[in-house]
This record gives sequence, structure tokens and C-alpha cells, in this order.
Amino acid sequence: MADVAVKEPKVLKTSEPLFGKKERKLITDPLNDNNPITVQVLGVCSALAVTTLVYPSLIMAIAVIFVCAFSSLFTSLLRTYIPKQVRMIVQLVIIATLVTVVELTLKAFNYTVYKDLSVFIGLIITNCIVMGRLEAFAMANKPWKSFLDGIGNGAGYGLILILVALVREIFGKGTLFANSPFPIYLIGKDNETSSYIINTAAESGIGTFFSSYMNNNLLVLSSAAMFIIGIFIWIQRSRNTKLIDIS
Amino acid sequence: MHSTRYIITFTFILTLVSALLLSFLYFGTNERAELNEKIFNKRAVLAALANKLDKPVKKLSDQEVLDIFESQVDQFAIDMEGNNVSSAAIVERGYTGGLAEDIDMAKEKKKPVADQILPVFVYASGGSKYTIVSVRGNGLWDEIWGNIALDNDYNTVIGVSFDHAQETPGLGAEIKDNSSFPAQFRNKKIYASDNTYKSINVRKGGAKDLLHEVDAISGATVTSDGVSEMLFRGLKYYEPYFNKMKNS
Repeated sequence: MADVAVKEPKVLKTSEPLFGKKERKLITDPLNDNNPITVQVLGVCSALAVTTLVYPSLIMAIAVIFVCAFSSLFTSLLRTYIPKQVRMIVQLVIIATLVTVVELTLKAFNYTVYKDLSVFIGLIITNCIVMGRLEAFAMANKPWKSFLDGIGNGAGYGLILILVALVREIFGKGTLFANSPFPIYLIGKDNETSSYIINTAAESGIGTFFSSYMNNNLLVLSSAAMFIIGIFIWIQRSRNTKLIDIS
Repeated sequence: MHSTRYIITFTFILTLVSALLLSFLYFGTNERAELNEKIFNKRAVLAALANKLDKPVKKLSDQEVLDIFESQVDQFAIDMEGNNVSSAAIVERGYTGGLAEDIDMAKEKKKPVADQILPVFVYASGGSKYTIVSVRGNGLWDEIWGNIALDNDYNTVIGVSFDHAQETPGLGAEIKDNSSFPAQFRNKKIYASDNTYKSINVRKGGAKDLLHEVDAISGATVTSDGVSEMLFRGLKYYEPYFNKMKNS
């Protein structure tokens, strides 16, 4: 699991900068060179399932960043006290607690998205990215660095999630930010007032061209996410020289 | 290596902290979460009214939904003979709120038909009255349910709203996501001209009988058939009540 990303615990210095080069790299690395989805190929399951709409994907991304960052932080804080024999159970307790916090918060403050994401919020517990980072990084690094690593990996996951969702929502359903409380209808139909076939330009914003968009089920179904992620990996590997060497 | 006692103490304390934290958060947010769920269900009822509402249901604020229910909606429960069920009897069945909206259709569906109770919502607006009834059935993967708004003749459909537990996105889930599916039900009739019960059928290959049929969703045959079955059975449960109202 995530062998690529294991870093040697470094020799302690008297003072470490809060945002030095290494710290910045912890955040930027997972966005491209060491992306959890496209390079480590972790967390693909939920990336296939929740990416039909952009808005729920955005909330999902925020939830994963939160869980990833804070579980890394707490695991790292406790790393010298955690008994090695039960370390995975302990990590799981920390992750599960944070995920339940997310679930309860969403239920109280954003019920529609809670309904949209339903079971996938709970499934963050089993998202391999979170546990992978705890095992590979947080157990061997200082809290601040682990926290940044958590944010970086959560964001790397979220970035792909939103990119996939953008493609799937625009071309699959012909909408953008559907179901969101901030009604930005850049493209496509307004679900509130009119049907897919009959639509008025005033309701649908600038995208009158798409106003009679018929669903493209190839993109709406989860198998499409697999193709899209595959295409992303292809593009990334052909452009990023570092990745060409290791594969 | 740590001693067994250390491991047990460590995990015990960790779980205790986690449990305490979560219970506090649960009690802190529960009231809001329950209110959210109620508003969500009320929205589903109002969604059936479609264009009879002053503005689309999604554009109503939470407060407006509560206000409409407070001032314009009369809700009560009926039994299978069409007689009113008292609020106390609803509470007795385990729905503590005692209102029609508190009735859990999923629970009722599992009971023998004669023992079930059904919610009725009457929405009054500018002299007109619309009756909204609830139905529940099975889709492909899990249950589907819906609310149907009827005109004062207890025959013409004003609108419907459907929801589902876990139908496939893009296929079965279109009963809810694609607003053109519920829109098809507008102005359909549930009785034929000679007053025999016909319900509304979801037909694969396109509606033929324009008064009693709507187009099915391609690729979602089982869900479409589920909707037909749910409507036929669910609306029939309300027939005694409809007849009673028509004769009074």
C-alpha cells in the first residue's frame, strides 16, 4: 500500500520552518507526481460512485480532506503511544470517529447533500487513501508534517474527483452544479421548473445550446468514471517525465 | 512491545474519548437533523403539487415549507375502510408525533393490508383543494415511494413526486432526478370514463392510452414496472376514502 510515498524519518533539526520547501512539497506532491488516485490508484471506489454531480463531489472532497488531515494529525500525535500490535484498529477508531463527525454535521447542516452522498460518507472509513497515509506517513512523522500530508492527499483525491465530476455532469447530464444551494446554471436545464425537453433560456442561463440535453447514460453510469480516470492517468503519464521513469 | 495491560488501557481510553465526543455531538445536532428530515419529507409532499404552488418547491425556503404546512395543509390518517384514524391511534402505533406525516410507510407496508393506515394531506389554495396521497412499492434494488396530488374530483392527477432508496443513477434513479418523468403524470386520470379503477400505467415503448399511461424510462424496466405496480396497489388502498369523499 502506497510504497511509493514512504519517506525516511529525517534527522531532527533544532528548528524547522513552518512552510519550508519540504512542507510545501507535502501538499503539492499528491496533487500531481504522487496523486492518490491516478498514481497510487487508491480510493477509486468512491471516485466512481459519487462523481455524477459536481456539488456532492465537492462536499465529498472537503470531507475527505478533513478526515485525512485530522486523522493524520491525531495518529501522529499518538504515534509513540500506539501499541504496534493494535495500530490498525487504533487508526480505524480515529478515522471512524472523524467520519461520524462529518456525517452528523452534514445531517444537521446540509441534509440534501447528506441524502445525495448517503452511504459514501460512511465509506470514507474504508477509503484506502486515509488509512494508507496513516500507515505510510503519519506513523513515522511529526504532527505538523502529517497534517500537511493529510491535506495534500485529501486534496489530490478531491482534485481528481471534481475533474471527473465536471466531465460527467456536463456531458452526462448537461448540467453544472445541479442540486447545489447556489443555483448557478451555467449550462443545461433548470430542474426546478421545467423538464429536460422544454426549457426557457432565462432559466437555463447562457447554455441554451444544451437546454434540450438528453442524458448520456454512458457517462452517468459509474463505469464512465473508470474510463475518465484512465484517460487522466494516460494524459498525466505522457506529460509528467517523473512518472514515465518509474512505470 | 507493549504489555497486554497497556494495550487494553490504551484502547479503552481511546474508545471512551471517541464515544463521549460522538455522543455529545449527536445530542447537539440531533434536533436539527430531525427537523431537516421533517422538512425533507414535507418538501416531497409539496413537490407533488407541482405548478399549483406559488413557486417551485426547490425555491421555497425551509421556513416557507413549514409555514405552508402550518397554514394551508390539513393532514390526517385514514384506515383501509377510509375512516379517519385519531391522533391517539397514530401514536399508539409507535409514531410519536401523532400526525399523518409521522407515519412510516415502510413499516406500514410490512403489515397485513387490513391493518395499515395511510396518510392524507389536503392542500388548500385560493378556494381549490388538492388531496395528496402517499404510495410505496419496490424498485429494482430497494424500495421506491411517492406522493400523488389529486384534484377535487379524486380522479385527475395534479402532479407526482417520486423518491427511491438506491435505484441506479441515470436509469432507475431518473424517476426522481429527471423532472420530465413526474411531469408526464400531470392531468392523467386514475378512473376510466365509466368510473372503473384503472390507475396509471408506466408503459415500455411509449404511452398509448393518453389518459392512463406514461412513457417508461429506457433501460429501467424493473423500476418502471415497480412504479406501475406501486401506483395501482397504492391508489387502490385509498379508493374507499375517495368514494366516501365523492358521495359526501
